[in-house]
Amino acid sequence: MKVAYWPGCVSRGFTPELHGSMAKVAPLLDIELVELDRACCTGAGVIAEHNQELADTLNARTFALAQQVPGAELMMNICSTCQGAQSECQERLDANSAYREHVNSTLSSEGLSYEFDPARPLTNKNFLWLLVEEIGLDALRSRVRRPLTNLKVGPFYGCYIVRPRKRLGIDAEHRRDNYLHDVIDALGGTVIDYAGMRKCCGFPIITMNKEASLKQAGRHLGDAVDAEADCLVTPCPLCHLNLDLQQPLAEKTVGRQLDMPVLHLPQLVGLALGLDPKELGLSRHVVRPTSVIDWSASVVASTAA
Amino acid sequence: MPEAHDRPPEQFKLRLRRYNPESGEAPYWDEHTVELEPHRSVLEGVLQARDRFDGSIGIRCSCRQAICGSCGVRVNGEPALACHTHLDAALSSAPDGVIEIEPMGNMPVIKDLIVDMDAVHWKKIRRVTPWLLAKEPVPEREYLVSKEAMVDVTQSMACIQCGACVSDCLAMEVDPGFIGPAALAKAYRFVGDPRDAEQYERLNDLAQDPQGIFDCTHCFKCVEACPKDVNPMGQIMRLRRIATADQKIVDQNNGERHEAAFTGLIRGNGLLWEAELLPRSYGGNSWFGKFAPAAGKELLSSLPTIVKALLRGKVTPLGALKPHRIPSGDLKSVRAIFDKVESRDERYELNLYIVGEDETGEPVAVAAGEGTTASEPTSGPADAAPSGESIVASSPPPPDPGPPSAVGREGESEQAAPGPEDDSENEAAEGSNQ
Repeated sequence: MKVAYWPGCVSRGFTPELHGSMAKVAPLLDIELVELDRACCTGAGVIAEHNQELADTLNARTFALAQQVPGAELMMNICSTCQGAQSECQERLDANSAYREHVNSTLSSEGLSYEFDPARPLTNKNFLWLLVEEIGLDALRSRVRRPLTNLKVGPFYGCYIVRPRKRLGIDAEHRRDNYLHDVIDALGGTVIDYAGMRKCCGFPIITMNKEASLKQAGRHLGDAVDAEADCLVTPCPLCHLNLDLQQPLAEKTVGRQLDMPVLHLPQLVGLALGLDPKELGLSRHVVRPTSVIDWSASVVASTAA
Repeated sequence: MPEAHDRPPEQFKLRLRRYNPESGEAPYWDEHTVELEPHRSVLEGVLQARDRFDGSIGIRCSCRQAICGSCGVRVNGEPALACHTHLDAALSSAPDGVIEIEPMGNMPVIKDLIVDMDAVHWKKIRRVTPWLLAKEPVPEREYLVSKEAMVDVTQSMACIQCGACVSDCLAMEVDPGFIGPAALAKAYRFVGDPRDAEQYERLNDLAQDPQGIFDCTHCFKCVEACPKDVNPMGQIMRLRRIATADQKIVDQNNGERHEAAFTGLIRGNGLLWEAELLPRSYGGNSWFGKFAPAAGKELLSSLPTIVKALLRGKVTPLGALKPHRIPSGDLKSVRAIFDKVESRDERYELNLYIVGEDETGEPVAVAAGEGTTASEPTSGPADAAPSGESIVASSPPPPDPGPPSAVGREGESEQAAPGPEDDSENEAAEGSNQ
């Protein structure tokens, strides 16, 4: 399937392995990525905090660009924070036609317009949602070349992709707040539940209250250690920054050794689809995913034997 | 299948968290099977268990119709009003077929399902000076205010002080001194009130406090928890917006600098430049920000992290020094959007709680909280001025602007009629808590 692909900023900045691993995984799932390289940052909630209309207009511009991609079935992102910020703007734009017209009048100087058809609204899905709803867990399972057998994976959802439920389309039929569980299971891994899996990583306040921020990251990582997870997986690069990049500082804040590798979702999928850990950028993490690499080495060794 | 209220009584298993701090015993779980119609509430279930099986079960309640805010608990791990949660709905979210009921979080347990609201929630409410500091001179009759201005604060006035948002606040979980969602929503109720004389003082106080408006982690927990659609996090964002944009408050917590740096970097490049965001958040919004003492100190403490990131190839020196940017034509368009939107005389802020959603897809008139009306989207604030539309603040409240989507039949009928006297119901709630 062809998708209008919004990679986000951090996936091309401080977590380049995320964008890179998505590019490797997409062809294996028959996803054609048409990158929205003209679009700008979603604002991650900060621009909306500064000026709501500004955030809505910038994101309406991105939606308009996505609607222009010929043959694209939907828009896809790989960042929970982008998903949350875009869903919030889209909710306002779709709900109120007068407001939409107002925003479109700003875009008109560039010849762009965000179109809303109630029968066929713009669909914008995080890779996680696309995996489960468009590709399907059975199809995903059938493509697994190296099942994650005996790998204990803790899902880390974060906030933006699970709350608020109504805005994000989460209900009894669409258990989007459980999809990481479903995907880990489909890839053959063992799901590890722990207290912090749907809590905040602390990243949004890292510059405002560093101690509280690192305490959040450290606590959730510690919960995962206590639950004996081998690694975590997250659909959000900002969560990855606090959980991986800042993990050495989080260790100091909570006063315990953590050594918890954190994988991006496409990396975990890529491993199960048979890709090499190095080409998925696993060597670029601050916390070396030794447990995961050892696991993959032992799987390769046993296949060879 | 018959409607829920036509169905005969069924059996529901309840698992209650029991704890009596005075006993010296550890908390434990207690299970009871109750028999009630599926549309009855979790509260009725707990009360039946208390009446039939164990008179010592502690739960606080009063109105039983989602207005007094007394029976806040956690049902299957999520904060809720026990009287506002149907048994059949609770069962559907119970992983093992047993409805699990616990006391709320972030507050000490007095007994079983009763938490100490005074120790946490009410203390925080008092922290924000929750009354009107009237503008002088006080008019001989009543203050005249615009209808829009009063409608704007109705969302924060819908709070019933149940503490559900406090229970699950993730910032408070690691930083118990955080003023928190309920109290900050209450603060907006007065910051947004045109009759209040101390908007700047209130905001400066809340912005400078390290546990004030910039301590919120933006996790949406309170938005999800609130049974009345108050959107406390949204109110906190509005406090930040008014503090930084209107009152020009530069706080000691990097809140204003972070927002300015983030917004400035997107205007400059279209995409985020992380290596610049951090120093600018500490040192100020320019390329020279990194040379400010505060930024230097922060960079020094982050040095081990930076070195590690460079060693792993996560960050390349070039990537850190040079921003990634969208194509120049697009950057020009993005900057034009910034210029146009930011040059408006008043911000245009659409609040779906107030305006509701289109039902027909036809344009609807918008009474936006701030700024222009949507029927004349590009008009200036003069057009939006409520000429001859002023309402008297002490007159009967405007029609119930209630949430656009029903929060349940009970919720709709009891939506607090918005009015300046909103604290009366809170006193009732507090009274029932005693």
